[in-house]
Amino acid sequence: MPVKNAIQTIRDTLHQVMADDDRVIIIGQDVGVMGGVFGATAGLAEEFGEHRVIDAPLAESSIVGIAIGAALGGLLPIAEIQFADFIHSAVDQIISEAAKIRYRSNNDFSCPIVIRAPYGAGITGGLYHSQSVEALFFSTPGLKIAVPSTPYDIKGLLRAAIYDPDPVLFFEHKNGHTYRGYKEEVPDVPYTIPFGKAAIRREGEDLTVISYGLMVHYATAAADELAKEGVKAEVIDLRTLLPFDRETILESVCKTGKVLIVHEDNLTGGIGGELAAVIADEAFWHLDAPIKRLASPDIPAMPYAPSLEKHVMLNQEKIYAAMKELAAY
Amino acid sequence: MPKLGETVVDGVIVRWLKQPGDRVELDEPLVEVDSDKVSAEIPSPTAGILQKIIAEEGAAVPVGAPICLIATDQAAESSTDAAVESPKETVVPPNDTSGVTTSSQAPAAARRKGEEHAFSPSVRRLAQEHNINPADLVGTGIGGRVTKKDMLKAIEARSGKGDASQALRTIFGEDEVVPISQMRRRIAERMVQSKQTVPHAWTMVEVDVTNLVAWRESIKDEFRRREGVNLTYFPFVIKAAVEALKEFPIMNSMWQDDKIVIRRQINIGIAVDLDDGLIVPVIKNADQLSIAGIAKAVADLASRARSGNLKPDEVQGGTFTINNTGAFGSIQSAPIINYPQAAILSMETITKRPVVINDAIAIRSMMNLCVSLDHRVLDGAVCGRFLRSVKQRLESYNKDMPLY
Repeated sequence: MPVKNAIQTIRDTLHQVMADDDRVIIIGQDVGVMGGVFGATAGLAEEFGEHRVIDAPLAESSIVGIAIGAALGGLLPIAEIQFADFIHSAVDQIISEAAKIRYRSNNDFSCPIVIRAPYGAGITGGLYHSQSVEALFFSTPGLKIAVPSTPYDIKGLLRAAIYDPDPVLFFEHKNGHTYRGYKEEVPDVPYTIPFGKAAIRREGEDLTVISYGLMVHYATAAADELAKEGVKAEVIDLRTLLPFDRETILESVCKTGKVLIVHEDNLTGGIGGELAAVIADEAFWHLDAPIKRLASPDIPAMPYAPSLEKHVMLNQEKIYAAMKELAAY
Repeated sequence: MPKLGETVVDGVIVRWLKQPGDRVELDEPLVEVDSDKVSAEIPSPTAGILQKIIAEEGAAVPVGAPICLIATDQAAESSTDAAVESPKETVVPPNDTSGVTTSSQAPAAARRKGEEHAFSPSVRRLAQEHNINPADLVGTGIGGRVTKKDMLKAIEARSGKGDASQALRTIFGEDEVVPISQMRRRIAERMVQSKQTVPHAWTMVEVDVTNLVAWRESIKDEFRRREGVNLTYFPFVIKAAVEALKEFPIMNSMWQDDKIVIRRQINIGIAVDLDDGLIVPVIKNADQLSIAGIAKAVADLASRARSGNLKPDEVQGGTFTINNTGAFGSIQSAPIINYPQAAILSMETITKRPVVINDAIAIRSMMNLCVSLDHRVLDGAVCGRFLRSVKQRLESYNKDMPLY
């Protein structure tokens, strides 16, 4: 079985789906001739033509708007937002249009678009190339949100997203580790991973760590380190946020009684708050400690200076310390 | 761990009086320590912020080993971070750390007031499902918190499946160490407070209750049928004592700083023994109750005390306490005053004894009444008169007395 990183997997998955299904098109900045700034669409324009791999102007609102129109016309568009930080120009199209088409049309239309957007910090990208934007869309019913953390999941979830009848935001962590460094076996055959089904990256009974995206890698490594001291942490990779896997979360919390939620997005108003509320609501009598959240501090933007970025970002050590403290509680 | 005596080699941390994050002043009590010689509150050797507790409650620590870290004021001022690594922090006392591990202890989160004995939902659920009192367990969490795992271990140990050493009690060598329940701790605190603050004096009279015995024998079965509760001797003694308190109000008082407060209400505390301690519910306004009314109040309070269903205000506000030590056969006792009350009365068991009456020997039912008094408030003379009043009332009780 071939071993691939995330970028290779995205590219191969797109290629496979486009070869099989004429309805699939790609639209975004530099996705055609250049093959995408990260190379995720490399070679696709040559193979499938510029009418299926469309270079768009620097206008995110129109990228998403065109994708919505094409979807209503019967295609399966994949819009690429070059950096998730730029998605804000398209928020009106996503929240007010794409998310509401099924409801507004009384179920006559749906909006099967996928919006791929590389997100996250750790590339010294500063204010406009480091953001985590999932919380912005988390409170919009009608959307689905995937944040895969591994190449295997990327293939299964991307395929599921393309064939999902509703709009999907597909956030890929873009740092060196998650986009290129981390490799694993990815089957050539087509497969899908259902939305709303988390993966347990590590089993344990002492505490539960819930995370997604890059933070899953850090949390799993921290759990491995903690295991050497006899503390067994269960690490849950949510894989999708809308919907998120309540069953797996609650089952794990009832087992361990202690929960740490880790995300790269800011603390206030982040996904962790909703997860904590659901846990407090439905697993209250199983809690043995306060529900803890570890997230980026509430600061306006990621600092540009590498030393400051390093200081602000979560990492394996910070997660390890939080896990250790909770385990001792 | 300071040296608590010439031959003392170690001490047991009984209770931390400060929690991490708390401010502590020079010489302010910091921790309670037990050794085989003394129990003492250890004063802080410095002023600052208690950063970390190294020796948890219950730990035996050799003399000289560190028990906590205090960031001194200079250190606290010079750094906005927690000054755990600061060279200016004071280790109490600065000495070797042999045998003390700190690596597995995360600093305790500062707890809000009232959370010291709080149990997590999970612990409470297990406590209810398995009828285990978490307060009886030795907690292994931060600050001695009882964790879900501690509960699971105790449940396992009780069912005989698990590791018995982690059960409700811990065995050290040949001796058994019983963790202190909150009730035990409270009793201990109250008793020590009373004995250390109140100069106790003691006196006793003997009472001829032959007529009372005959009267009670003649009515107890009927009373039981009619009222549904047993008619013991306790309500008669309470009645007589309450009437005597009316006669000598100073007995129903308390010492308060530089004055004596005579309590207008007569609220009688009655000691009820429980499996693991005792509790003193209060009969409010006992002077307004008949003997039958008192009997029913005693039965009600005692049964609810044993089933754990007393309301908070039913164990507060007592002005005078009466112990029925005779119930377990005692003929003489020196009760400790229920602080801050001024006196406590105990009624002893009734025995038939040969007694000289008018130069003849007769067999009479005799009972001793003992009083411990706060000698700051009361003197022997007034107590003697009070006891004589109670005695005369009890000796005059007979079938002509109203029960209702």
